[in-house]
Amino acid sequence: MSDPDLVTYAIWFAFGCVSLAQVMAMVRLILGPNTADRILALDTMTLNAIGLIVLLGLAQGTQIYFEAALIVAMLGFVSTVGYCRFVLRGDIIE
Amino acid sequence: MARFRRALLPHPLLTLLLIVTWCLVSNSIALGSIVLGAILGVLIPILTLPFWPDAPKALRTARMVGYMGVVIWDIVVANIAVAWIVVTRANPAMRSTWVVVPLDLRTPEAITVLAGTITLTPGTVSADLSDEGHALLVHALDAEDPDAVAREIKDRYERRLKEIFE
Amino acid sequence: MTATLIIDIATAVSLVIGAVFTFVGSYGLLKLDDPMKRLHAPTKAGTLGVGSLLLGSILAALGRGEPSLQEVLIVAFLFVTAPISAHFICKVNLHRRSCDTPPAPVNDTTWSTLDTPPTGAPKPS
Repeated sequence: MSDPDLVTYAIWFAFGCVSLAQVMAMVRLILGPNTADRILALDTMTLNAIGLIVLLGLAQGTQIYFEAALIVAMLGFVSTVGYCRFVLRGDIIE
Repeated sequence: MARFRRALLPHPLLTLLLIVTWCLVSNSIALGSIVLGAILGVLIPILTLPFWPDAPKALRTARMVGYMGVVIWDIVVANIAVAWIVVTRANPAMRSTWVVVPLDLRTPEAITVLAGTITLTPGTVSADLSDEGHALLVHALDAEDPDAVAREIKDRYERRLKEIFE
Repeated sequence: MTATLIIDIATAVSLVIGAVFTFVGSYGLLKLDDPMKRLHAPTKAGTLGVGSLLLGSILAALGRGEPSLQEVLIVAFLFVTAPISAHFICKVNLHRRSCDTPPAPVNDTTWSTLDTPPTGAPKPS
């Protein structure tokens, strides 16, 4: 890399932003005030977690975290739908 | 020959999608992964055939690509607009309303794509479909005139989807 | 020489854009005051934010000289599933009546989420 400093600074900036975003989503998860907000906060935390995993892979210069990010994405979607189904129908699989 | 092709490849686009996905998952375009992807791409559509009783009619692929270009452009532009509204505007100053969009589309696939497009485009979220499927309920974050939002959705996306799907 | 510099700059720019949008998404989640308004911030900015971070990852892999497109899978998955999650959370809001009551639809009688059997009636199986 010809200019490693630029990308390194960008990665650290992104780490800061995404971590703050994760904390804010967690505050919303604690505050509530109702079920839909908590589901939404969990969904957002999953998205931010994917971002953090990707940034970790970038900072270490490897591709091995790709599967982890993909699995977190899939689990996050399925759990969001599962929570919503439970609230809507009182049951997940009828 | 045509019947043989339909028996072996009931959904050619799904087969292509599976091959591409397999190559992306294994992160190589070597011959081995393409062949394994092709085997999966032939087997999975045949095994899941009972779940897809009626195949969608031939789609206009060129128009689909054009539609995706329009949607990606709108996602980027409207994302910046919504981020600006979220950061700068105080809560009471946001005129968020419900918008009712009457639907001309009839096929479920087209309505699904329309609802997904509305949600992906920032500023609007599709919330619900009416019980007979003739209207879509959309929530707008900041809309001066709800009718203008409904008109724009119908003019910009629904007209194009009608050309693609129906 | 210049090509790697351009790739580095593009990587840094897309990382910064993605980080800012992710931040704004969660900031909106915390700031907005109505459940339906809150739904707007993260499902949008979050998706573009993470999409841009993954674009940065693709570009960085290109800059390292080992191009890979695996991240495209995650982006495609997120873009397909984000509307479905948002739609389900909308349905929860409508079902729990935790938002303003929407206006009646134009041609039909009611919205499908609000179309529940009267209380006491047996649940349709």
